[in-house]
Amino acid sequence: MAEVLVVTSGKGGVGKTTSTAALGAALAQTGQNVVVIDFDVGLRNLDLVMGAERRVVYDLINVVQGDANLNQALIKDKRVDSLSLLPASQTRDKDALTAEGVERVINELKGRFDWIICDSPAGIERGAYFAMRHADLAVIVTNPEVSSVRDSDRIIGLLDSKTEKAERGETIEKLLLLTRYDPVRAERGDMLKVDDVLEILSIPLLGIIPESPEVLKASNLGSPVTLANPISAPSRAYLDAARRLRGETIEMTVPTEKRGLFGSLFGRRAA
Amino acid sequence: MSVLKFFSRRSSAPAARERLQLLLAHERAVFGRTDLVATLKDEILAVIAKHIAIDPEKVRITTDTKDTLATLEVDIEIRTPNGGLKLAG
Repeated sequence: MAEVLVVTSGKGGVGKTTSTAALGAALAQTGQNVVVIDFDVGLRNLDLVMGAERRVVYDLINVVQGDANLNQALIKDKRVDSLSLLPASQTRDKDALTAEGVERVINELKGRFDWIICDSPAGIERGAYFAMRHADLAVIVTNPEVSSVRDSDRIIGLLDSKTEKAERGETIEKLLLLTRYDPVRAERGDMLKVDDVLEILSIPLLGIIPESPEVLKASNLGSPVTLANPISAPSRAYLDAARRLRGETIEMTVPTEKRGLFGSLFGRRAA
Repeated sequence: MSVLKFFSRRSSAPAARERLQLLLAHERAVFGRTDLVATLKDEILAVIAKHIAIDPEKVRITTDTKDTLATLEVDIEIRTPNGGLKLAG
């Protein structure tokens, strides 16, 4: 049975697209059939982060409107063949999405994949509703920072009221993914700690992704960070999070970069 | 002295935490996320309003958790027409 997962946050720039790509690739690396869908119509970026921007011919809107079928629109990843991308449209506006069309596409994808990961746009408008609408579980991407935590709280409220599951009277599972975390600053008292955010939002923790230059390097190259540099600290955190999504129990840690002798001597990683 | 000051400088994360807890207690009440503080506020106010005239705007309710101790702080400003405090019902 396919799991529909929405990656959402309310606030922009906290790492939704990075996390969608990284978790999608990590799940696919464990042999699962995964499709990642970009719901940010008009401002698509998942294709770019995944390095598939030059391979987009048809998109979600074309499929929703019946101008193309899924086989034409799905882009198979060149590195992991159980990973596919359904891109958003860059030229159309978000009103081109319809509730019935999105539902039909999700239902069709359920027959083909183990995981359907919906990358939500920022904000709480149509695109965000469509992205969360059919979700079985939600990953709330949050930075340890006041505006991000506030927006996550708002999104949790919407997930509890506006999703299909909530309307059926069921509870949608919500998991916190804390990104751009800096344990040193948190320990110094200059950044909200993991426990602070957990206490305020009161949802279970999926993972802690440390702040790292590896994330930008990976997006520069057009590769999910878990594929670009699987042994880097953020990749190990994402890979652990993906295994937790599959039901494994893994001790919660904040991975740190393993420095070689050269790196330790000069205080930075050799590029 | 300056060294002492350096080590005792106030960190900013506790302020972030307090501001968020206060703000979200109110926002959850407005946006409908079930919230204990909002429910408590309504019920406590209803009981007090039976006996004393109070201004709902002058009520502040906060919760805090430190280690194993949780506190609920209710701050109500009560005024009578002549400005003095009068609690006798």
